[in-house]
Amino acid sequence: MQIPHTIEHHPETGLYNAKVGIWLFLASEVMLFGALFTSYILLRIGAPTWPHGWEELNIPLATVNTVVLIASSVTMVMSWASLMMKDFKKYKMYMGITVLCGLIFLVIKAFEYGAKFEHHHFPSTNNFFATYFTLTGLHGLHVIGGIIVNAYFWGPGSKMWKTEPQRFINRIEVAGLYWHFVDLVWIFLFPSLYLL
Amino acid sequence: MSTSSSSHTVDAHIHHDADHHEQGFWSKYVFSTDHKVIGIQYGVTSLLFLFLGFTLMMIMRWQLAYTGEPFPVIRFVLPIGIIGLLTMFVSGFKPSLGTTVGILFIAMAGLIWYLATGEERMPMGIMAPEYYNALGAMHGTIMIFLGVVPLGVGAFGNYVMPLQIGAPDMAFPKLNMMSYWIYLVGGVIMIISFFVPGGAANSGWTSYPPLSEIATEGQTWWLVGMVFLITSSLLGAINFIVTILQLRVKGLGFMRLPFFVWAQFVTSFLLLLAFPPLEAAGILQLLDRVVGTNFFLPSGLVISGEKLVNAGGGTPILWQHLFWFLAHPEVYVLILPAMGIIAEIIANNTRKPLWGYKYIVYSALFIGFMSFIVWAHHMYITGMGTTISAFFQTTTMIISIPSIVILTSLAVSLYGGSIRFNTAMLFALAFIPMFGIGGLTGLPLGLATSDLHLHDTYYVIGHFHYVVAPGTIFALFAGIYWWFPKLTGRTMNETLGKVHFWGSFVCMNFIFFPMLIQGMVGLSRRMYDGGEQYSHNQSVLYLNEVMSIAAWVMAIFQIFFIVNLFVSMKKGKKTTDNHWEATTLDWTATTAPPLAHGNFTTLPTVYHGPYEYSVPGAKKDFTPQNEK
Repeated sequence: MQIPHTIEHHPETGLYNAKVGIWLFLASEVMLFGALFTSYILLRIGAPTWPHGWEELNIPLATVNTVVLIASSVTMVMSWASLMMKDFKKYKMYMGITVLCGLIFLVIKAFEYGAKFEHHHFPSTNNFFATYFTLTGLHGLHVIGGIIVNAYFWGPGSKMWKTEPQRFINRIEVAGLYWHFVDLVWIFLFPSLYLL
Repeated sequence: MSTSSSSHTVDAHIHHDADHHEQGFWSKYVFSTDHKVIGIQYGVTSLLFLFLGFTLMMIMRWQLAYTGEPFPVIRFVLPIGIIGLLTMFVSGFKPSLGTTVGILFIAMAGLIWYLATGEERMPMGIMAPEYYNALGAMHGTIMIFLGVVPLGVGAFGNYVMPLQIGAPDMAFPKLNMMSYWIYLVGGVIMIISFFVPGGAANSGWTSYPPLSEIATEGQTWWLVGMVFLITSSLLGAINFIVTILQLRVKGLGFMRLPFFVWAQFVTSFLLLLAFPPLEAAGILQLLDRVVGTNFFLPSGLVISGEKLVNAGGGTPILWQHLFWFLAHPEVYVLILPAMGIIAEIIANNTRKPLWGYKYIVYSALFIGFMSFIVWAHHMYITGMGTTISAFFQTTTMIISIPSIVILTSLAVSLYGGSIRFNTAMLFALAFIPMFGIGGLTGLPLGLATSDLHLHDTYYVIGHFHYVVAPGTIFALFAGIYWWFPKLTGRTMNETLGKVHFWGSFVCMNFIFFPMLIQGMVGLSRRMYDGGEQYSHNQSVLYLNEVMSIAAWVMAIFQIFFIVNLFVSMKKGKKTTDNHWEATTLDWTATTAPPLAHGNFTTLPTVYHGPYEYSVPGAKKDFTPQNEK
C-alpha cells in the first residue's frame, strides 16, 4: 500500500502531503503564539506600571542572537538549495552550520537567563519577567525541537539521500519552513520584549 | 513497535508488503498504523470514558436527590462489575477486544468503588461539598474531551472519512497512531488525578481562576492532561485536513463529498485554530500554579480572610477570554460530526437526495468561520460593558442562522420520502427535535439581558445538555448502529436497538427538561445540595428526584446497547458489503469489513454526487458514486 502524494505533487493543490501538513501546523503555531502575544498586550495595557524592556534586558546579547538566528535561516535555505543542485557535501556543511547556530543561540540565551537569576529576577517577580520568561522559554523549546530535527537530518536521517533523494529534499524543505517560523517568532519577540 | 506492523507504515513503501498472515491481537489492535484500527481504538476508549463520565454523574445525582443520605455503593459498583464479567464471558476469556473491554469495565468498577468511599471524599458515606465539585469538573472534562470529541472525530472520522474519499489510509499513518497514544496518556493522567492528595480538579471544567489557582494538586494534573489532549487533537486535525485535501480519488470534487466528510473538514479547522489559545492559557495557568507567576492572579487577593502574598497584576478575565475562544468553537466540534452522521443516515433511509446539500455545506463553512467571533457570549455577567456585549450578541444571533438552515434542510429531506424506521434512523429522527430544543433554548442565553437572569442557573445546564446528550450522543449512537455492519460484516439486533432507543429517548427528556424549569425559577447550577437551602427553589425541588431516577433508569437501558454490541459482534446476522444500499464509497467500494491495509483492491473512480437516491429511470433506487 502506498499513500498518494507522499512525494509527488497533488495536481489541484500543487503540494505534497507533508508540505500541506507543515503549513497547517504553522497556522496552529501562529494561534499559539498569537494568544500569548495578545495576553502580553492585555496584561501590559492593564498594568499601572510596566518597565521598559531596555531597562531590564540585555539588548546587545539579544542583537547577537538575532543575527545568529537569521544567519541560521540563510544557511538552512542554502542546505536545501545544495540538495537541489545535488551537492550533498555542501548540504552537510550548511546543515551543520544551521545546527551550530541554533546551539549558539541557546548558549547565549542560557547566559542571559543566568544573569537574570543572579539578580533575583524570576518569573514570579512580576508580570514583566513572567511574560519574558514564558515567551522566550516557549520559543527556546521550539529552537530545541528544531535543532533535534535538523541534527537528525544532518546525521542518521541523511541516509535517505541515497535511497529516495526527492523525498529527502522534501523533508529538508519542510524542516526549513519550521525553522524559518521559529526565526520569525524571535523577530517578533525581540522588539516587543526588549525594545518597547 | 513490532516488525510486522512497522512494515506496513508509510516509510516502507519500497518494501512491497507481502505478509498477509493472520495477525496476533497485539500487533493488530494495539500497535497499528491502520486508520480503521486506530478508529476502533478511539471508539472503544471514548465509549469507556463516556460510561465513566456518566457514572460520575449518577453518583452526583444521588447527592442532589437525597442530600445527606449515605450513598449505596454496592448498587452502583456491582452492575458495572457484572457487565465486565459478562463481556469477558461472551468473549471466552481469550485475548481479544471483548476481554480487554471486560477487564476495563471491572477496573472501572474498582475506580467507582474508590470514588464512592473513603472518609475524605464521602465522610459517613455522605458526599463532601468539595468532592461534589471535583465530580462535576471531571464529569464535564471526561464527557467533552475524552468522550464525545474522540468518538465523533477520532473514531468516526478516522474510520469512515478515508473510506468515503477513497483513500488507502490517512495521509500520515504514524502521526495518526501518535495522536491516539497521546490522547490515551492524557486520559490516564486525568484518571490518576483522582488519586492525588486532595483529589481531582474541583474548579469546574472551565477552571476559572483565581479559584483554580488556589485549588489542590489535582488541578495541576488536569492542566498537564489537557496539554496532552490538545496536542493529540492538533496532530489529528492536521492529518484530517491533509487527507481530505490530498487523498480524494479521481472524480471526487469538493461538491461530491458526502456531508460527513465536509463536517470533519470544518471540525478539523476548528480544532486546529481554536485549541492553541487554550494550550497557551493552560501553559500560563500551569506556570501560575507551579512557578509562581501571576498571569491570572490579581493584586490584593484575600483568601479565607488572609491576604495572599504575591506580586499580582494579573487578571482572571484573561483566562475566560482564552478559554472561551476555544470552548465556543468546541461546541461546533461536538455538533458538526453529529450533523454529518445524521445527514448520511437521513438521505439513505428516506431514499431521497439530501434537500439543499449545497446550502448545508455553505452553512457548515459559515458556522466554522463565525464560531471564532462569538466566544464572549459566555461572559456577559463579567461586566464587559454594553458595547462589547452588543457585538457578541449580534454575532451570536447570526451564527444561529446556519444551524437552523442545516436542521431545516434535514427536516425537509424527510418530506415525501419512503422512510425506513431502523434503529439508526430512529436516533437520527430524534436528533432533529432534540437538537432543536437545545438550539432554541440557547437564544435567550445569547441575549445579554435574559442571560443575566438565566446564566448561573440550571437552565444553562439543560440547554447545553440538550445539544450534547440527546443531540450529539444520539447521533453517535446512530452512527454506531449505522456503520456496525461495515465494521463487522454483521448487523446489530433491531429489537434490542429499539428498546435502547425508546428507553434513552424518554429518559433523556425526563432528565433534561426539568432542568429548564428549575433554571427559570432561579435554581443555581452550582449547589451541591440541589438548592434546598433557598426558599425560592422550594417549588421545584421535587424535580431533583425525578431527574435522578430518570438518569439511573437510562443507565439500565444502556445495558441493552452494551449487550447488543458484544453479542452482535459474534452472533449478529451476516450481511452484504452494502447493507443499507447506500451510494457513498464507504459502502459501495469496500468489503465488510474493509481490507486490512489499503481499504480497496482497486481504487474507485467517482462519477456522481453523494446522495443519488431514486434517480428517475435508474434500475435501482440508489446509484453508487463509483458506478457510471
